[in-house]
Amino acid sequence: MSAPLTAPHAAARATLRGAKPSRPVRRPGARRTARREAWFGFAMIGLAMLFVTVFTFGPILASLGLSFFDWDVISPPTFAGLANYTRFFSDGPVLQAFGVTICMAIAIVVLQLTFGLGLAVLVNQRTSKFGRTFFRTAFYLPLLASTAAVAIFMGYLFDNKFGAINYYLGLLGISGVPWLTSPFGAQVTIVLIVVWQQVGFTFVLFVSALMAVPTDVLEASSIDGAGPLRTLFRIKIPLISPTILFAAVIALINAMQLFDQPFIMTKGGPGSATTTATIAMYQTGFQNLQFGYSSAIAIILLLLILAITGLQFLASRKLVFYQ
Amino acid sequence: MSATTTAMSATTTIVTEGRGVSRHTAGRRRRAFGIGKIVSLIVLILAAVFALGPLLWTVTTSLRSPADAFSNPPQWIPFQADFSNYTAVFEQIPIGQFFVNSVIVTVLIVVGQTITCTLSGYAFAMISFPGKNVIFGAFLATMMVPLQTIIIPVFLIIKTFGLNDSLASLIIPALGSAFGTFLMRQYFMQMPRELGEAARIDGASQWGVFSHVYARMAAPAISTLAILNFSGFWAEFYRPLIFLQSQSNFTLPLGLVGLQGNLGTGSISVVLAGVVIAMIPSVLLFIFAQRYFIAGVTAGSSR
Repeated sequence: MSAPLTAPHAAARATLRGAKPSRPVRRPGARRTARREAWFGFAMIGLAMLFVTVFTFGPILASLGLSFFDWDVISPPTFAGLANYTRFFSDGPVLQAFGVTICMAIAIVVLQLTFGLGLAVLVNQRTSKFGRTFFRTAFYLPLLASTAAVAIFMGYLFDNKFGAINYYLGLLGISGVPWLTSPFGAQVTIVLIVVWQQVGFTFVLFVSALMAVPTDVLEASSIDGAGPLRTLFRIKIPLISPTILFAAVIALINAMQLFDQPFIMTKGGPGSATTTATIAMYQTGFQNLQFGYSSAIAIILLLLILAITGLQFLASRKLVFYQ
Repeated sequence: MSATTTAMSATTTIVTEGRGVSRHTAGRRRRAFGIGKIVSLIVLILAAVFALGPLLWTVTTSLRSPADAFSNPPQWIPFQADFSNYTAVFEQIPIGQFFVNSVIVTVLIVVGQTITCTLSGYAFAMISFPGKNVIFGAFLATMMVPLQTIIIPVFLIIKTFGLNDSLASLIIPALGSAFGTFLMRQYFMQMPRELGEAARIDGASQWGVFSHVYARMAAPAISTLAILNFSGFWAEFYRPLIFLQSQSNFTLPLGLVGLQGNLGTGSISVVLAGVVIAMIPSVLLFIFAQRYFIAGVTAGSSR
């Protein structure tokens, strides 16, 4: 990379161009310099601070506040106390949506990590640069399509009458799999589609982590007579465990927010089989105009994500090995 | 690659492990590992077929005539490519307009975030000012918050300013980013402070140090952030779905879903032509800047 090479030139140019005629630097003005530096710091974060405050910090607080009100946008909001939260815990369909989301998210994370790690280990064992670049490109390409595009073409492929997938399964003697037309089938299909698209992400993460495993450690284990499988489970996986934890956390946070694919492919159906937490939130908020209740669901989803992530970190304290 | 060359290269493979360090310690496991090598190659090729198959099907089916599009077996090689779908998609929906909308939204967000995040990331890494750690901590904390949690208040702000159903409603809320700030800060943190100090002694201003010394060195991180944002916002579906109402403002993902809904199952090949058109910029970018995509994946894991 060229950055470190150009640095001295840049510094030299800075002194030529951006600089005023140099004055002797005096230490006594240190406090004034510090104050000026502070103002410069504030000015530099100003823009980001403005946008993040208005469109992130503020909305988080507003969502929290709104969750204690009843509001249909038309009439003025009325204070509801904890009513929206108690309603959540007796709202069968929304609770079911959360259950569906958790189950699908667990399936997605497990499959995504298993396939990502498995493929990364296999690719990592290959020396040829061509092979490595080819497989990396192949597994990354699905990520270049938008989730909407994936939902569209996968919808055609998984069509149970005309889809190519049932055509090929038919050649193997399995006919008419109700991929998107049965509740369980739709859940499986959406899990498969998300894993298909996202596996390249975990794959790339794991390949770069495996490349960073020190060679001397591997050589030592090889000299001690450890076979490839033993090296994998006793050396490589423990050494990359921080990356595995990171991938699991990211994958889970994303999966808990699953929206696009079920919304586009099944509209949350059949019935409410693929109505995820975020689809339920969308329906209560933007279709039924119950903004207060929708905000309460949003806050509960946030707390759930924080809790699960916290649990992951706690549980992995024993399993993750930091060098 | 043939099976024999695979088996032959297996002996060196195990000792080099892709790092070019050659030591002949594992010779006695040569044969067993040779078989494992072939099996692993078969598994990888199968996985690549599954990864690429749906994409290839999309491209080849977009080149079949609408009447044949849903007939099986799928046609994997377009012997008689029919490009009429690509003209049809422009006639049936304003896909040109969607494309332009997507370009405007994505480019402005990429440029805007590059500016705001480079400035703030630099300040958090290099400048000392009161409350810095608290503010940065608050930035970090928001990175876990799902978009859905804040969407209602953001929607209300948009409405208040009369921006709903406009491209600005997608652009303006996305101009700052906690993640982008974090990413840039991590990169600036690795840079030697001596450079800036030297330039200061030579009389450069605070701004001069940033713009002439450090910002120039940050090009790889800026590229990574830009690529991440491009692929993220180009594909965005959720905010456009909620913020946009009139078709003339739709971005590509929303427009394509509308196209699919309007046409039913009749013209799959036309819809798929639209899908292919929507993917072209991402694929082109990937071809020319692959390493920044890869850097983008690993960028967050250094936390």
